[in-house]
Amino acid sequence: MTAVLLARGLAKSFGAVVAAADLDLELRANEIHAVIGPNGAGKTTLLGLLAGELRPDAGRIVLAGRDITPLPVHARAALGLGRTFQVSSVLPSFTVLENVAIAVQARAGSSFRFLRAAETDESLNGPARSSLDKVGLGALADRPASTLAHGERRLLELAMALVQRPRVLLLDEPLAGVAPAEAEQLLALLESLRSEMGILLVEHDMDAVFRLADRVTVLVHGRVIASGAPAEVRRDPAVRSAYLGEDDEGAFDDRTDQLRVTGRASFRR
Amino acid sequence: MTARPRQRSRPAARAEAILASAVFTAIAALLVIADFLDQPFYLKLLTRALVLALAALALDLAVGIAGLVSLGHAAFLGVGAYVIGISAEHGMTNGWVQWPLAVAAAASAALVVGGLSLRTRGVQFIMITLAFGQMFFYLANSLSRYGGDDGLTIWTRSQFGTWLSLSDRRTLAWLSLSILLAAYLFLRKLRWSRFGRVLRAAKENERRMAALGFAVGRFRLVAFVISGALTGLAGVLLANLTEFVAPAYLSWHRSGELLAMVVLGGLGTLHGAVLGAFVFVLLEEVLARLTTHWALLFGPFLVLVVLAGRGGLVGLVQRIDAPR
Ligand SMILES: Nc1ncnc2c1ncn2[C@@H]1O[C@H](COP(=O)(O)OP(=O)(O)O)[C@@H](O)[C@H]1O
Ligand SMILES: [Mg+2]
Repeated sequence: MTAVLLARGLAKSFGAVVAAADLDLELRANEIHAVIGPNGAGKTTLLGLLAGELRPDAGRIVLAGRDITPLPVHARAALGLGRTFQVSSVLPSFTVLENVAIAVQARAGSSFRFLRAAETDESLNGPARSSLDKVGLGALADRPASTLAHGERRLLELAMALVQRPRVLLLDEPLAGVAPAEAEQLLALLESLRSEMGILLVEHDMDAVFRLADRVTVLVHGRVIASGAPAEVRRDPAVRSAYLGEDDEGAFDDRTDQLRVTGRASFRR
Repeated sequence: MTARPRQRSRPAARAEAILASAVFTAIAALLVIADFLDQPFYLKLLTRALVLALAALALDLAVGIAGLVSLGHAAFLGVGAYVIGISAEHGMTNGWVQWPLAVAAAASAALVVGGLSLRTRGVQFIMITLAFGQMFFYLANSLSRYGGDDGLTIWTRSQFGTWLSLSDRRTLAWLSLSILLAAYLFLRKLRWSRFGRVLRAAKENERRMAALGFAVGRFRLVAFVISGALTGLAGVLLANLTEFVAPAYLSWHRSGELLAMVVLGGLGTLHGAVLGAFVFVLLEEVLARLTTHWALLFGPFLVLVVLAGRGGLVGLVQRIDAPR
């Protein structure tokens, strides 16, 4: 299978902090590729580089065969790169429906229309409604986005991304702060999206990662220390020691098969 | 045209529509009264308010809707006025040529200023538009062929053939009102259109809009150019009203006044800018008669309105109207 998104030799430093160092990554179409790593490993930085919010110090990024390294955020988005943010980012004073309708508008061609009322434009609202239904927010369509609960906001962001039918979806910790019931719904949704796009999933919840991911890449200090099938990565000694924060042989013990990550989930189910 | 846009059903939007109608009706009533009393001075004062209201309205598109705080808009007013003055000086007084030329010149100036300024944000944007405004101001000063800092008298107003004579004060007043109303209706449509929605959304969350694929800068530039063109049109009217153009039209004081009118009326409401301009011009007139130190009264008044009624006069009226 060919890669829909490819990063080669990405590097990014903030002063003395190396957030990405000679980073290679490959996302195939129709796979969920998880990126994990301790806090400060450079996961959000990686997404920022891919989306175009950050300029890499070195390296290049290819989307569906096209070098997008010099392109700004909006141009990459227009080529099919959708994303959600670690801190969800919506339009608070607009209604839930309008938030998604604006996302439709971005892909529906011209926004240089100056006279007709956008709010009643069914060619925008129709797709927006079905996207909201898909994530289960249909009933909240007319609420201002500012009134949504944290988890609902995450779902709204997802509805905005999905309605654009991206080739690639970048998700930055979509489960963080989401209640268990909603998380379950979100996982099922992500699972169903696999057939439509490639998903790069940054996530701390290891249960979710090992349930969804086709491949897992582990970042530490901006470097890839392991990448491959979940089972392989789970067994990788370098990963274990990195997560345990020590490199003595104890890491290989059976007892330490429980690799704790941020103290709330483990590699083992 | 068929279905009523949904935002009209919100009570706030209803109140807004009522207030806007009230503002324009009151202005028309003032014109009728001044005309009836045969008071050319008041007619001229009202026309001046109408013209500045058009400029304030245009500025509200940039500041209130697109979030681009420009402190250089007097430059576009000046460009519009100077094109009328200079072309008249060369004997070119045909309004059908002059007016489009003046508006196009103002739009071009806005394209250049906006194109360069939009690389910056926030306070930087304010400073750079101010700097551009000053450049135009000094440019006008240096036009010694056209009066330099003394300004230029316009001996003949724009000619539109026999059926529309701007030398009649009443014609100019009602024409100004018609243009202001048309511009208001256009901008109100624009605000709720796809284009306007992108502007409003980008003002709220630029990062999200970029991530959705919007080239936010392009939309802002178009808004800035429309705003500059309409401000230029106000300059055209101003030149025809005063029969005079001078560098003072482009001073940063004027830019600041326009901004004060918009803030006074209520940012981003459009009809607020019109109301703000009228209150500003009329109050200035009244206070100037009471005392030569009118600015001492006017300043605190502005501060009070802005502090007491976030949302300006329009916000104040709405809160009194619908206490909730
Ligand atoms: N804009 C920035 N300026 C300076 N340092 C940054 C910036 N963004 C991230 N960093 C640093 O880069 C490292 C990686 O951060 P980040 O990508 O947010 O990690 P993660 O998402 O894996 O927790 C951290 O040490 C962080 O402090
Ligand atoms: Mg992060």
